[in-house]
Amino acid sequence: METGADRGGDGRRPILELRDVDTHYGPIQILKDVTIEIYPGEIVCLLGGNASGKTTTLKTILGYVEPSHGAVFLDGEEISGLPTQERVRRGISMVPENRRLFKRMTVRENLEMGAYLRDDREGIEEDMERVFELFPRVKDRLNQRAGTLSGGEQQMVAVGRALMARPKVLLMDEPSMGLAPVLVAQNFEIIEQIHEQGTTVFVVEQNANMALSIADRGYVLQTGQIVLADTASALLENPEMKKAYLGELE
Amino acid sequence: MTAASAAATGRGPSRFGFVKGFLWAVRILAVFGILWGSYFSITGGRLSFDQWKDLMVFGVAQGSVYALIALGYTMVYGVLGFINFAHGEVFMSGAMIGFFAANYLNQTGLWASQPFLSLFIVLLVCMTASTLVAVGVERVAYRPLRNAPRLIPLITSIGASFFLQYAFRGLFGAGVKSYPAVRALDGAWNVLGFRVIKTQGIVILAAVGMMVLLYLLVERTKTGRAMRAVAEDQEIARLMGVDVDRTIVTVFAVGGAMAGVAGLLWGLVFQQVFFFTGFLPGIKAFTSAVLGGIGNIVGAMVGGLVLGAVESIGPSLVLAGLGVPAAHQLKDVVAFLALVLVLVFRPTGIMGERLAEERA
Ligand SMILES: Nc1ncnc2c1ncn2[C@@H]1O[C@H](COP(=O)(O)OP(=O)(O)OP(=O)(O)O)[C@@H](O)[C@H]1O
Ligand SMILES: [Mg+2]
Repeated sequence: METGADRGGDGRRPILELRDVDTHYGPIQILKDVTIEIYPGEIVCLLGGNASGKTTTLKTILGYVEPSHGAVFLDGEEISGLPTQERVRRGISMVPENRRLFKRMTVRENLEMGAYLRDDREGIEEDMERVFELFPRVKDRLNQRAGTLSGGEQQMVAVGRALMARPKVLLMDEPSMGLAPVLVAQNFEIIEQIHEQGTTVFVVEQNANMALSIADRGYVLQTGQIVLADTASALLENPEMKKAYLGELE
Repeated sequence: MTAASAAATGRGPSRFGFVKGFLWAVRILAVFGILWGSYFSITGGRLSFDQWKDLMVFGVAQGSVYALIALGYTMVYGVLGFINFAHGEVFMSGAMIGFFAANYLNQTGLWASQPFLSLFIVLLVCMTASTLVAVGVERVAYRPLRNAPRLIPLITSIGASFFLQYAFRGLFGAGVKSYPAVRALDGAWNVLGFRVIKTQGIVILAAVGMMVLLYLLVERTKTGRAMRAVAEDQEIARLMGVDVDRTIVTVFAVGGAMAGVAGLLWGLVFQQVFFFTGFLPGIKAFTSAVLGGIGNIVGAMVGGLVLGAVESIGPSLVLAGLGVPAAHQLKDVVAFLALVLVLVFRPTGIMGERLAEERA
């Protein structure tokens, strides 16, 4: 398998890029000069503690908040400044923090919402089947209201919903949050499967061990600044990382 | 900490107990009053069985108009979380502009020679007028306040309501305008033993038809799914690719169109419209929406029908039996009493349980 460094160095264009991004909420600056490059076919993770700005990074990518300096590029074209739905149309989708399903809708309707911008019926059916292959449980729950699903099942539907957009880049905000350890492991296996099927994945996590075990490369965010950026294997060996984020391993 | 929580639980039930006891007293009194009044009204034989049936039909016709207007309140509440008090004026705009169209068609003679074609044309005029007003109010008065606390657009909506009333008064005068009568709808049908006056029958049919269409739109189409998505979680709706602003405009437009239909139906039944016509039906429709469970579309339909029936039958049935003089003049009192009672028995409204369940 290629390493992240090779990919970064072979002159290919990043599929998603944040270049020198500052993001503010009102007067408060959250992100400071953040540069992240994600190449096609990679799994990249963004690690960081609470309130370090991980979710804000994803919100900046999707346009819930605009950078006050710097820009976001998808496939070489600037997307900062575009409305969120346009960025989604161009191929970004996200599994949000805490899943945020439409609880009053059925599971099927949630999946259909994921495909909201598409009208290729056959393609949608195909992707539905693909979601059922990844999560056979979801198929049995199609007509159940999403609010009545268990946490693990909600996570499956949230991932399925994001996949229904057939994204080029899948963003995931703390997929392991609130899940039992067994489910966390399963969840990361699923992410690997999705990745093997050709989707580029950008995953935000506090669970550094888990994330680095599947990622090609990782960035570490501390109070809004990127303090480390390296291949996953290098980060796993990095003494600073071990002390600050992987401590529970030792 | 244990002491504090013990104190809290010690105080809690007693205060709760008083309110609860009071509510139960109100409930028991209400049930008793209703049964008592109904018993004496029915045994007293003031009205014949046929008269009761007539009141019932009129109530349903009136209620279906309330229901159509109530849909606008409940849909806007569903997506934006505030009560659009200008919605009564949206309804009035349709009824008023529709009057001018009807009047014009009446002068050309088409109203008499082609009554149903004329009604259809006027219906389109009413719907267009109300839709434009609803969308205009959204654009001018609510969209700039999208990120403000919900109390702010609520207050603005009261301003918009006055603005529309007095704009219509300024433009068209304060006088009452009379819809031309539809001769083709004179007389009555006999439906399952009920005598249904034709205008009332048409009102019920049209209203039910519109409600079915709306229900299908919301539950079965992509646009409807987008509306429900925006109602539930705007941020995530946007993440799915929904254009939230456009969806909100659609909600106002659909609510406006329903109010426009209600405007024409009002003109058919009462034949009169003036700049203040939106006020009472607006309040009644708002009451219907709360009664049915605000935010719930089927609730607004049920709430409207229930309110129409209750205010039509209630005065003669309950109040007359309790010895209240001239009870039939008290239908507005009965309507708002019904609201209070429903809220006492079921604070979430008739269909509101889903909402309460999800908040918990
Ligand atoms: N809408 C907002 N307005 C103002 N401040 C905000 C807003 N959203 C987030 N913040 C602040 O920005 C900082 C970073 O928040 P962010 O949600 O990006 O952190 P995070 O790394 O995702 O944390 P967590 O791991 O807890 O999810 C926090 O201090 C937070 O309080
Ligand atoms: Mg976060």
